Amino acid sequence: MQTLLEAFRLIADPQVVVTVLLASIFGLFVGAIPGLTATMATALLVPITFFMDPLSSIAAIVACTAMAITAGDIPGCLLRIPGTPASAAYTDETFMMTKKGLGAQALGSSLVSSVIGGLFGAVVLMVAAPSLARVALNFSSFEYFWLACIGLSCAALVSASGFVAGLLSLFIGLLIACVGMDVISGSPRFTFGSVQLMGGVSFVPAMIGMFAISELLDSLLNGTARQRFARPQKITGIFHGILPLISKYRRNVARGSIIGTIIGILPGAGGDIAAWITYATARRFSKEPQKFGTGHPEGVIEAGAANNAGLSGAWVPALVFGVPGDAVTAIAVGVLFMKGINPGPRLFETQGAMLYAVFMIFLIANIALLPFGWLAIRAASKILSVPRPQLMAVILLFCIVGSFAINNTVFDIGVMLVFGILAFALSKAGIPIAPIILGIVLGPLLEQNFLTSMTIADGSLIAFFERPIAGILGVFVLLLWSIPLLGVVLQMFRHTSAARPMKLTG
Amino acid sequence: MKLTRRLILAAAATLTLSTPVLAQYPERPITLIVPWAAGGGTDATARTVASLLEQELGKPINVVNRTGGGGIVGHTEIANAKPDGYTLGVITTELSLYHWLGTSPLDYKNYTPIALYNTDAQSINVRPDGPKDLKELLSRAKDKPGSLKASGANRGGAPHLAMAGLLNASQMPVDTVPWVPTDGITPALQLLTSNAIAVVGTTIPEVQAMVEAGEVKTLAIMRAERDPSFPNVPTVKEAVGIDWYLSSWRGIAGPKDLPADVAKRLSDAMAKVVEKPEFKSFMSARKFGMDYADAQKFATFLADADERFGTAIKAAGLAK
Repeated sequence: MQTLLEAFRLIADPQVVVTVLLASIFGLFVGAIPGLTATMATALLVPITFFMDPLSSIAAIVACTAMAITAGDIPGCLLRIPGTPASAAYTDETFMMTKKGLGAQALGSSLVSSVIGGLFGAVVLMVAAPSLARVALNFSSFEYFWLACIGLSCAALVSASGFVAGLLSLFIGLLIACVGMDVISGSPRFTFGSVQLMGGVSFVPAMIGMFAISELLDSLLNGTARQRFARPQKITGIFHGILPLISKYRRNVARGSIIGTIIGILPGAGGDIAAWITYATARRFSKEPQKFGTGHPEGVIEAGAANNAGLSGAWVPALVFGVPGDAVTAIAVGVLFMKGINPGPRLFETQGAMLYAVFMIFLIANIALLPFGWLAIRAASKILSVPRPQLMAVILLFCIVGSFAINNTVFDIGVMLVFGILAFALSKAGIPIAPIILGIVLGPLLEQNFLTSMTIADGSLIAFFERPIAGILGVFVLLLWSIPLLGVVLQMFRHTSAARPMKLTG
Repeated sequence: MKLTRRLILAAAATLTLSTPVLAQYPERPITLIVPWAAGGGTDATARTVASLLEQELGKPINVVNRTGGGGIVGHTEIANAKPDGYTLGVITTELSLYHWLGTSPLDYKNYTPIALYNTDAQSINVRPDGPKDLKELLSRAKDKPGSLKASGANRGGAPHLAMAGLLNASQMPVDTVPWVPTDGITPALQLLTSNAIAVVGTTIPEVQAMVEAGEVKTLAIMRAERDPSFPNVPTVKEAVGIDWYLSSWRGIAGPKDLPADVAKRLSDAMAKVVEKPEFKSFMSARKFGMDYADAQKFATFLADADERFGTAIKAAGLAK
């Protein structure tokens, strides 16, 4: 109790309050600008934190990332430029909603579910951090390999254009992920002697190209470039009708929050996979899966909750063992060290009040998302009233700046263009884009963990089932893959046996 | 007499002409290229150094992260920059490796060294239920070659080379303790605590939280003498009597052929930066090893590091 009161006193400090406010606004701006990520926002904050007291600097990072991740959905929804790899999972869905004039509903529902997911993650962090972190440490490359398989399998489930098209798209993504230095031997693959490609295809420019540039090309060639967007809903109604929607899909919110937290806690898996997996589970368990991909809020709500829940989850191993769960917490761990707060289990004893104050900041930042997010959405939605030709010019400009900014290289603008044209051609052929992104994100994770495991096991495949958690996950994955295949084989068998029974026996 | 006066005049003229040139550098903002991602250790040190160097030089210093290709992209860019003092960079351990590994022809000779500001010695870590000291670890490995696996970085990364060098110095083939390449320390620690591997090689600050948590213990540090920040950790020489040490390093450098006056101005400024309390408190708070060397000593250091890493790379069988 004493620690709690002390924690309250700490966060009531005006400097902390002002910092949270300013960092929130900063996070919103950075997140809403296409191509600038939450990680970048955090990195930009670091030099400023030199001048802050420890609590303020952590508060700034927490508030800034929560805002940036949520604001990353805004350009994705309105302009089809996903702000983060996580929001790429449902960018097409929200953009379809915008086209139907439901942009405000899409953003509003993802905002509210984000807040709920974020609060859930924060509460889990407060209550169970030390014990959960120890569980997470039991995951080795064998378990991560199977998790990556589950993540990839979602591509086939997510794809609205069907199983085969989704799979094809996924394999294109995996092929792109092969470009660059081989994870084990370090030898270059598919780089054609280019130093720029040694580190692989830069992900953000590729993502911007595939969504935004292909969309621009499409509307130019279709002649829709001169038409206006569908008349948007009245903007005041961002929260109008959202609560009934959230309560209708409360199962999705709950499932998204739980899965997001669990995956967030595993170091290195991160919130990106969480959004994809939850979008897939939403579709799998939906009563109306046929509506997915046509502008349906159900998957957006579940994945939105998972996104922000995962964000808090990533702090669990970071605070307890100094093992960061994602790029943002990696930076935050650095800041903690610098402020003399060394992450570790002793942190919970020696700096109890400070730690609880940090947890409270999580709650405050997530609650502050509501008004701030509302303002951001309200301001951003005005974009759609800009005449489309002018708007498209600005989008192109943002795409170029965003692609350039991530690595400060002109080469990445070329990457963006190439991927824009590729994605345009693919979508003309009826192949979905989203699974490519998933392939690029998870390809390296899959390969790295497979090869690491093989090295550890001296090349024995049995080892993938020898550890208890890995065994369970492995059997689950095999079932996931074999059940649809069995169905197909069974169907084919019935079909052929009915048509030509002799052929089979003879 | 006349001649002397003329000489004085000429000298005065040269001085008035050249003094402003000297005083003028830097007359516009300087770009500091960091070959590693924003938020990493190198980036953190670079941003601190940049903000303090800015105070010394009186012009803004923009930190630019040029990542990719295991640091090759950024290092290449620093080496290829115009040698006018307006593009500098942070060069790191990897520069001692590229040309040995054959990944890039770059080496320290492509740069004008300005100042070394950090070195971190490698260490050997195991689970608390693992071998009680380095001696036991090495004898266990010798008895059953291949049974203990180690990790901590990619193949050819400093931790891998440190381990290969140690095995080499102990007269053991390097595959006695096979290396499992990972994407850095985080996944390696994860493999150690989940009982998938037995040894993690890295710098001590990276594992400090885990050591305090009782999940990891450090057996030895690869340093010539004990690290004053970790006085309880024995050196390799103390533990097993083998003279092997290896450190990763970070420093500021410009492209080759930087004008001597510019290099001097920067080197002098860096000498003041490393003395600043902000720098010291940052480095000790983040547990980065503070190790300063001026331009000349940095050049010697680079030549020595190049040779040591060369030995380790050849031992690991990675030399091209």
